[in-house]
Amino acid sequence: MDKVMRLASENGLVIFSKSSCCLCYTVNILFSELGVSPYVHELDQDPEGKDIEKALIKMGCSAPVPAVFIGGKLVGSTNEVMSLHLSGNLMPLLKPYYSFN
Amino acid sequence: MNSTSTQFAVQTNMIYETIHQVGMWGDFKVDGFLNTSSPLILDVETQLGNQSEDSSHGTVGGSLKYDQEGSKPVDKVLRRLAQNREAARKSRLRKKAYVQQLESSKIRLLQLEQELERARQQNQYASGGIDVSQLGYTGNLKPGIATFEMEYGNWVEEQNKQTTEMRKALQSHIGEIELRILVDCSMRHYFDLFRIKANAGKTDVFYLMSGVWKTAAERFFLWIGGFRPSELLKILTPHFGQLTDQQQAEAGNLQQSCQQAEDALSLGMEKLQQILAETIATGQLGEGNYLPQINAAMEKLEALVRFVNQADHLRQETLQQMSRILTTRQAARGLLALGEYFERLRALSSQWSSSPCESA
Repeated sequence: MDKVMRLASENGLVIFSKSSCCLCYTVNILFSELGVSPYVHELDQDPEGKDIEKALIKMGCSAPVPAVFIGGKLVGSTNEVMSLHLSGNLMPLLKPYYSFN
Repeated sequence: MNSTSTQFAVQTNMIYETIHQVGMWGDFKVDGFLNTSSPLILDVETQLGNQSEDSSHGTVGGSLKYDQEGSKPVDKVLRRLAQNREAARKSRLRKKAYVQQLESSKIRLLQLEQELERARQQNQYASGGIDVSQLGYTGNLKPGIATFEMEYGNWVEEQNKQTTEMRKALQSHIGEIELRILVDCSMRHYFDLFRIKANAGKTDVFYLMSGVWKTAAERFFLWIGGFRPSELLKILTPHFGQLTDQQQAEAGNLQQSCQQAEDALSLGMEKLQQILAETIATGQLGEGNYLPQINAAMEKLEALVRFVNQADHLRQETLQQMSRILTTRQAARGLLALGEYFERLRALSSQWSSSPCESA
C-alpha cells in the first residue's frame, strides 16, 4: 500500500502492469499515442508484486491490472481510462506530463 | 449406437441447409418443413415473381392495353399500384410464415443439439463415425450460446420495430418529450445488446469473436466481436442534421479519441495473438504430448474475454457521448440512421444468400 502510493507520487504517470497482460499493453500504447510516457511497474518482475496486487484490489481495482495513477491519484483501470478519453477529460489530466521530443 | 448419432447429425445438418437456403422469405409447407428439400423455396419465389410480370400481359390487362392514349397511363399506374399492394401483402405473409418457422426450428435445433451431445458422450466418434465438425458450431455448442442466439434474434426483431417507430415519429414531427422517450428507449436497447453479449462471452468468447451470430455482410465489418464505433460515427455524422460549431468540434474530438482507443485495442489484440501462438508452440512441435501447452493457453483465453468486454464498453461509451453532444432530435435522426444502416446490411446478407450460386 505504501509502496503503491510512494511509486504513484514519485512518478506523475504510473501504470501498474504485468508483462503478460495485453490490456496493460493497450493502455500503454494509448498513452504513447497521446504523447506521454508513463512509468510502467511490472508486478510480475517485482518480488513484492503479490502484495502490490492485494493493495490495488483493496483500493478498488478489481482487475487488478492495469491500474493507472495520474498525479498520485488512482484513476482506475482500462474502463475508466477509455471513458475519460472519450469524454475528452483525459488529455487535460495528461498535459503536465507531455514529453516534448 | 453410432446410427442414432448419425441420424441426429444428419437431421441437424438438414435444418442448417434448409435455413441457409431460405434466405429471403419463402413459401413452404409447415408440416413438411423438416423433410423439405431446397428447390421448393426458390421455385415458389420465381413463380410469384413471374405472376406480377404475367398479369400485365394477361387477360385482365389485355383489353386495357389498347385503350385510348389518354387513359392508358392512368390504368397502367392503377394496375401497377394494385400489383404492388398484392406483392407487399404476399411478402408480409411470407415473412410471418418465415419467422414462425425460424422459431420452431430453433426449438427443434436445441432439442437435436441436446440429444446429439448425449449421444456423442455415449459413443466413440474417433472410431470412424460421422465427422461432427462438419456441422460447424453444433458439435461444440455450449448451452449458454443457444440462449444467446434466441435473445439476439429477439433483439434484432425489437430493433427493427424501434427503427420503424423512430422513422414514423420523425416524419410526424412529434413533441420533444415523446421523442426523448423514444431516444432513451433506443439507447437502452443497445445497452441490452452489450449485456447479453457479456453473458455470452462468459460462456464462449470464440463464438462471439467469430461473428457467426451476425449476418454475412455484418461479419465483413467485424472488429473484436462487433462494429467499429469510429467507422459508424463517420457514417452517421451527415445524418444528424445541422450541428453547431461547438457540436462539430466535440464530435470531431470524440471520433478522434475513439479511433485512438480502437487502435490501442487492436494492437493489444495482436499482442494477445502473439502470446497465444507462442504459448501453444512452446516445447517440441512434433513430440505429440502437448497437454501442458493447452492448459497454459486456456489461461490466456481469459484475456480474450476482457478484450471483447472492453470493445463493447467502447461502443457503449461512444453511444453515450454522442447522445450527450446532440440534441434530442439530432440523436433521434442518428439512431434512425444507425438502425436503418444495420437493416440494410442484413438485407444485403439476405439477398446475397438467396442469389443463385456461381458454378463451382
